[in-house]
Amino acid sequence: MYKVSTAQMWVHDQDQALEFYTKKLGMEVRQDVTMPQMGNFRWLTVGPVSQPDISIVLMPIPGPPVMDADTAEQVETLMAKGFAGTVFLTTDDVQAEYEQLKSRGVEFTEEPEERPYGIDSGFRDPSGNSFRLTQVRDLG
Amino acid sequence: MQFVPPARHLLRAKDLADARYFEPLDVDDLARAAGLSRAHFSREFRRAFGESPHAYLLTRRLERAAALLRGTDRSVADICLSVGLQSIGSFTTSFTRTFGVSPTAYRARFPPAADWAMVPTCVLRFYGRPGNSTFREDN
Repeated sequence: MYKVSTAQMWVHDQDQALEFYTKKLGMEVRQDVTMPQMGNFRWLTVGPVSQPDISIVLMPIPGPPVMDADTAEQVETLMAKGFAGTVFLTTDDVQAEYEQLKSRGVEFTEEPEERPYGIDSGFRDPSGNSFRLTQVRDLG
Repeated sequence: MQFVPPARHLLRAKDLADARYFEPLDVDDLARAAGLSRAHFSREFRRAFGESPHAYLLTRRLERAAALLRGTDRSVADICLSVGLQSIGSFTTSFTRTFGVSPTAYRARFPPAADWAMVPTCVLRFYGRPGNSTFREDN
């Protein structure tokens, strides 16, 4: 059976994203390679310390000829409006995690709140991508 | 006041080393996180975790540096700074003592980072395209 290994997120600025994902969210850099033969395309992946086999690609929005200018602008706009996707994180202690991330300057859109499935909170990355941070209720 | 096992304070310092190794942290910062004097902290930390806080923090940094040497094409100097160490000279010395080879030699033992990068063929195909040169082919 297969496993989820890597998922991709668009970011509007890789350096800014890198700073956010590592210094604020505390993820690790997994791969950071610039390829001169591909117009200096930079393959940049990060992942949570606790899950060495799962990574997120921080993918720059390409310009022409890879992506036409209109589409690139649409992707950037979707992302800035918060409609480009969500990463769902879980934790054993959402309050502690929330305090820690907030102290590092992560802007929460939703503070931890009780929900039927657990305690849920939300924040965004600098590009507008949405994150959930949830302490899932033990239903067992 | 609620009782907290003393080791919990030491763990706070250890967590800080693991999480913020890339900042200019030192043993004084770790002792502060544990709320103990430096001398007392170092002794207690070693008793609880089997190595000095200095060694623990340095090992964390070197372990991350090794991962970055394998997984990225960043320069040794960049990697040194990005794991919270300031001096390239002492970084090279500590790295060599720990891994038996210099950072550059360590990197050379592995395939280039670009070989590991799982860039999907669809991305390669797109980014590998030469710029527009139409030679009237689209007429």
